[in-house]
Amino acid sequence: MMLTIDNLTNEIDGKAILKGLSLSIKAGEIHAIMGPNGAGKSTLAYTLGGRPGYEVTGGEASFDGVNLFSLDPHERAAAGLFLGFQYPVEIPGVSNLQFLRESLNSQRRARGEKELNGGEFIKLAKEKAALLGLDMEMLKRPVNVGFSGGEKKRAEMVQMGILDPKLAILDETDSGLDIDALKIVGAGINAIMRKPDKAVLLITHYQRLLDYVKPDFVHVLAGGRIVKSGGPELALELEREGYADVVGAEAVAA
Amino acid sequence: MTTLTLPTRKAEEWRYSDLDALAAIWPTPAPTRIDVAAGESARHHLLQDAADGAAAVHDYVITIADGARCDFHVLNIGGKFGRATFTVTLGSNAHFELNGAIIGGGDQTLEIITAVTHAKPDSTSGQTIRSILGQRATGSYLGSINVARDAQRTDAFQSVKAMLLDRTATANAKPELEIYADDVKCAHGATVGELDRQALFYMASRGMDPTTAKTLLLKAFVAGVFDDVADEAVKDRLEAAAIAKLETLV
Repeated sequence: MMLTIDNLTNEIDGKAILKGLSLSIKAGEIHAIMGPNGAGKSTLAYTLGGRPGYEVTGGEASFDGVNLFSLDPHERAAAGLFLGFQYPVEIPGVSNLQFLRESLNSQRRARGEKELNGGEFIKLAKEKAALLGLDMEMLKRPVNVGFSGGEKKRAEMVQMGILDPKLAILDETDSGLDIDALKIVGAGINAIMRKPDKAVLLITHYQRLLDYVKPDFVHVLAGGRIVKSGGPELALELEREGYADVVGAEAVAA
Repeated sequence: MTTLTLPTRKAEEWRYSDLDALAAIWPTPAPTRIDVAAGESARHHLLQDAADGAAAVHDYVITIADGARCDFHVLNIGGKFGRATFTVTLGSNAHFELNGAIIGGGDQTLEIITAVTHAKPDSTSGQTIRSILGQRATGSYLGSINVARDAQRTDAFQSVKAMLLDRTATANAKPELEIYADDVKCAHGATVGELDRQALFYMASRGMDPTTAKTLLLKAFVAGVFDDVADEAVKDRLEAAAIAKLETLV
């Protein structure tokens, strides 16, 4: 098992958001989590990523056999977890290349691997930028500063390509993308992550990303729990009929 | 002129100083005089990196004649008490620019004080100060701009930003404008902030350990202060000293 979440509960500022969430993801699988606004989708992503303030109050999460919650956020990344942000953060004064090289080499140091030198890193960055159709010039600019919504998401996928995680949790990576950008990002996710030793957890509101990144499993998150799971057809059913009809108004309101 | 009586905190320009540390080296040496002749350009720098526990006071009196300019870069990081003062008088069409950084930790008291007088018309001046303060350090910038009655079309700015790494550190920023002319631009801005938590989590989520992430953000914060140092060797020395100092704070 790549990721096992068992009966996870959490709180933000004393308010319970996740209320006993369980989910298992095997290597080679792509899972999609859909759900109404306020269901706890982003909270799940941030809690797994270890964002300060997202307090785990119960349950467990095991990532590649390690207790995820015993690791600091940067250690989770070094262990192979990648969190794609719905709203990527702007960092003035720090170029994307500098940001990524420091990130990758921090990870490599933590894993006892040799750091990449400047030349090796640039070669890798060029290759991954090309894969996502992002101009190398963009990577010389400060992290996400002045990027459009679509450029930010594409840059996130370039980051994922360079960092080469085992498990990517992508929080509404499709939001703010036009159809062309969605195709490119979808193809990028497939190229980077659709591998037998990797897995993806896609968090999305809409079916449309799933046209490009075919999930093996689809789950509905409502009221802080997974209330229904199924195959790709579940996403289509949700799109057609809405959350209330598929999982019941009660579950949606919970 | 330097008076021989030890100043007190009642004097505005000593209000935030470490007077006990000052007493050990009082009276301080006479100020360094810099006179930039009409039409000339001068570049100067100061790396205040006195030994731990020491006190260091550097006073400059700078006169910039008509059509001349002076660029000064200062890095104030050393000693228990480190102070750099600049008393500047500008002629017409003259320019003075100070780019400075204060980086302090422990019980350090570090300060930069400027008193810029635009004595004649059409002169310009700018002061850009970035401070990073950790532990119980105090960093102060006191900057006065004085525009004489006939110094029309003076254009002056101050940009002061401080970053506090710990709740126990202190930053003081005090702009003071005294303007007797009526056609004048004087812009000033001062902010005091902390490291961006969202940026730190974003960096951590990409695998950056906290020390690396903080160092990178702090480097970005002071980047630019020494960008236009013309002499590459001086620039490298100032930047290396700044980075080495801030690495001791994270």
